[in-house]
Amino acid sequence: MHIPDGYLSPSTCAVMYAASAPVWYWSAKKVSKTLTARMVPLLSIFAAFSFVVMMFNVPVPGGTTAHAVGGTLMAIILGPWAAAIGVSTALLVQAVFFGDGGILSYGANCFNMAIVLPFVGYFIYRLTSRGAAAGSGRHWLAIALGSYAGINAAALCAAIELGIQPLLFHTANGTPLYCPYNLSQTIPAMMIAHLTIAGIAEVIATEGVLAFTRHSIHLGLETNIKEEGVRA
Amino acid sequence: MKGIKKLWIGLGLLALISPLGLLATNTAWGEWGSDELTKLLGYVPAGMVKFSDIWKAPFADYTIPQAGDKPGYIISALIGMGLIVIITWLLGHLLAQKAQKTRKQ
Repeated sequence: MHIPDGYLSPSTCAVMYAASAPVWYWSAKKVSKTLTARMVPLLSIFAAFSFVVMMFNVPVPGGTTAHAVGGTLMAIILGPWAAAIGVSTALLVQAVFFGDGGILSYGANCFNMAIVLPFVGYFIYRLTSRGAAAGSGRHWLAIALGSYAGINAAALCAAIELGIQPLLFHTANGTPLYCPYNLSQTIPAMMIAHLTIAGIAEVIATEGVLAFTRHSIHLGLETNIKEEGVRA
Repeated sequence: MKGIKKLWIGLGLLALISPLGLLATNTAWGEWGSDELTKLLGYVPAGMVKFSDIWKAPFADYTIPQAGDKPGYIISALIGMGLIVIITWLLGHLLAQKAQKTRKQ
């Protein structure tokens, strides 16, 4: 889902930076009201986890690959604002040092994976876990639904950003200047990859880590920075 | 913070097994390089030619000069996580300090 440079027009890239910038600002503001020094290691750990989990490429139908992101996981533990900061940091290091995702398209990649993903994932998680006891079957189901919805919402955004390119930016004879595939190609390609394998990978990563950490971090519906913080 | 050591160890283990991510050798959809696009389309769109190489990453595609694919992938995972820990640590403590000030007011 890391859009490389050259796939989006410079103007699209500018729009996506403009869309992400206010969220970065609000995230810093929100987190600077609630973060305690004791929680900082968790921010580091889950941002680093997001980075490494994205290295686990899994084959998807159609002969390409995809990967989990770990953004909803971070939102469940630290809140969606901290998740936006954490995943944006992971994406920055990927773009600058490893060429995974472009520099011009960094705003778009952050919008998709660091903003839409954790916020949609967290919203669906909160909506479906309402009234469920922490650790109950319904709570785990809500975690699965949230992480599945989050990564698919992000994939849809990436597909739309890519798919509008040939409509908007082409030469006089219609040859695409940037991403050559239109919406009728980008949406099925991205959604088949993420509705099937990558969505499941995200659910497994989220549930696996939450199961692994449940004794280290007191997890529950109330556990995020916004409310009482991580009690560990 | 009790148990947090377990999480750091978990991250280290993930770095060590990261070469599993290399088993799927195909490129992700929409992330093809110029050579792959030439094969797929027969040409590379003009705008892509112009902007695709605007930045040269030191460890492109998680490879480390002189290291093989798998060791390079593991070293990349460790370098990447190290950088992220440093950045989030600095940023996190900066924000946490602000939060402390807000609470004192």
